[in-house]
Amino acid sequence: MDLFEYQARDLFESHKIPVLAGAVASTPQEAEAAALKIGGKVVVKAQVKIGGRGKAGGVKLAENPADAKEKASAILGMDIKGHIVKKVMIAQAAPIESEYYLAILLDRANRNFLVMASVAGGMEIEEVAHKTPEKLARVGIDPNKGIDNAKAIEIVKRGQFPADVVDQVSDVLIKLWEAFIKEDATLMEINPLVKTADGKIIALDGKVTLDDNSSFRHLEHEKLVDHSATNPLEALAKEKDLNYVKLDGQVGIIGNGAGLVMSTLDVVAYAGEKYGVKPANFLDIGGGASAEVMANGLSIILGDNDVRSVFVNVFGGITACDAVANGIVQALEILGSKATKPIVVRLDGNNVELGRKILNDANHPLVQQLETMDGAAAKAAELAAK
Amino acid sequence: MAIFVNENTKVIVQGMTGSEGTKHTKRMLKAGTKIVGGVTPGKGGQTSDMDGVLIPVFNSVKEAMDATGANASVVFVPPKFAKSAVMDAIDAQIPLVVVITEGIPVHDVAAFYARAVSSGKTQILGPNCPGIISPGKTNLGIIPSDITGAGQIGLVSKSGTLTYQMMYELRDFGFTTAVGIGGDPIIGTTHIDCLRAFQDDPETKAIVMIGEIGGDAEERAAQFIKEYVTKPVVGYVAGFTAPEGKTMGHAGAIVSGSSGTASAKKEALEAVGVAVGKTPSETANLMRKILNG
Repeated sequence: MDLFEYQARDLFESHKIPVLAGAVASTPQEAEAAALKIGGKVVVKAQVKIGGRGKAGGVKLAENPADAKEKASAILGMDIKGHIVKKVMIAQAAPIESEYYLAILLDRANRNFLVMASVAGGMEIEEVAHKTPEKLARVGIDPNKGIDNAKAIEIVKRGQFPADVVDQVSDVLIKLWEAFIKEDATLMEINPLVKTADGKIIALDGKVTLDDNSSFRHLEHEKLVDHSATNPLEALAKEKDLNYVKLDGQVGIIGNGAGLVMSTLDVVAYAGEKYGVKPANFLDIGGGASAEVMANGLSIILGDNDVRSVFVNVFGGITACDAVANGIVQALEILGSKATKPIVVRLDGNNVELGRKILNDANHPLVQQLETMDGAAAKAAELAAK
Repeated sequence: MAIFVNENTKVIVQGMTGSEGTKHTKRMLKAGTKIVGGVTPGKGGQTSDMDGVLIPVFNSVKEAMDATGANASVVFVPPKFAKSAVMDAIDAQIPLVVVITEGIPVHDVAAFYARAVSSGKTQILGPNCPGIISPGKTNLGIIPSDITGAGQIGLVSKSGTLTYQMMYELRDFGFTTAVGIGGDPIIGTTHIDCLRAFQDDPETKAIVMIGEIGGDAEERAAQFIKEYVTKPVVGYVAGFTAPEGKTMGHAGAIVSGSSGTASAKKEALEAVGVAVGKTPSETANLMRKILNG
């Protein structure tokens, strides 16, 4: 889960990382009140989970609360690269002397964590890495050892930070590491980390990604979820514990196993080229697909108005094809007249003969079976074109 | 021959007394796997009846190894307790740990992977993987044992069901070993580890490599193929239609910005002479052509 900047700010603050006063606002009135509370000049910042908001006009300096209200009114509702601004952050304005960069992230390739620290902040770090790699320290961290004071100082020095801020920046790095571990983050980035005119080091903007697999030990992270951005079908699927992603095509997809479902989307996309149709969703029903799971999955897909045909693609490994077939039959009984779209089924693997027989015997008018994945994908695409 | 495991591999199951552990222990026994024990802390000294086969339960991996000579473990422990189970296995210096569990926090995986590296004694396969099968010899994990038999193809895949699908497509040829390396952002055994082992295995004649969106493991594997692998390799990559920024089922299957895309992986593989199929069946046909000469 990616956090908004204001959520990252609050999280940093809770881990004693120095931040400026800030508050979130959903209306111009709230923005005005927040600016009044903070006092002085403030910055009004669009809260969107995408980069480039500054260039898009989503960050504005406001002289006073009335001005903050006006700026917030201009920024709220803006469309920044397809993201509609629903909230702004009102942040205390501070005279900045220098901008630095500090981040900890999961390094998939090296299978550990990576600290990146640079005296050159405020721009895209890829640019720093490309143009002035000597100014960027990249240091792998052993998860079982972490970052102590000596390690932090070593990293900060390698990032070419000036001597007068080394201690303060090292302290921020140690706190950032503690926050990274405690919150089960896969990314915590401070860009820019600034030195103010009075010599203080402050996290001015932050990006945080939390590991969804850790949610069982972070019930408090649930309140950080942005439910307003979740597609209603995705929200419904989540309630039913289904792994579903809405896409913009016409062929509904149900399969078992993430890899096979991704592959199914691709095969449908190829088959659909000549009909101008694409996959409508990703839906992995996982292992052991019961009738109930199949019914839940089918009802979500049939509830998608964009869907014109459905492709059920199952390779029975642990899952038995007869159970899947029974699931389809029972799902159609449960759905009754709500099921109106043609369903192409391809079953293979564990108990396939029995599975195919169950569907043949049920002889449901909407269901047809094909023996191969490619053939079934072509049929489902053709049916969606009509 | 087979890679990483063989008919003499002595296997313990961590989490054997749980429902998944019990179900799959029975299946592995039927497939001929030499299961010599189970580990469930607090249940040591008990015996589990696995469809008529009595399997002793131990409190720790060390105890199980001392009593049985086990040299591999399969982990079915739920995410919450998986880290301590895998750490237990690493501290006992068991040579191979196959972590089937899906949904382990990546910080826990990073911690046990680092411990395994510093101990230097334990190879980790997974997590979030279907395991490893050498048809006719042994089966560690949840890959169905009846899809196909022994043969000359080596298979390495991030995905479980695509492993099954590919084994099924090429069932007339059979496999030396099929390895599901898992779909998490951090995994123990990589494409490269398997490619190296298949290259070094005299019985493996050709290799199928299946990848998917996320990370750059396939790109690095392509580089490795260029440097080390002389046997024919065919590839398949899933996720061309995956949108940016969305996790597609597997925790590691995500396109971030312009990195981790299926196209980049396909191009990297093709650039080193690996034929990449558009669909699983086309990939199987590429392999078929190679094996038929």
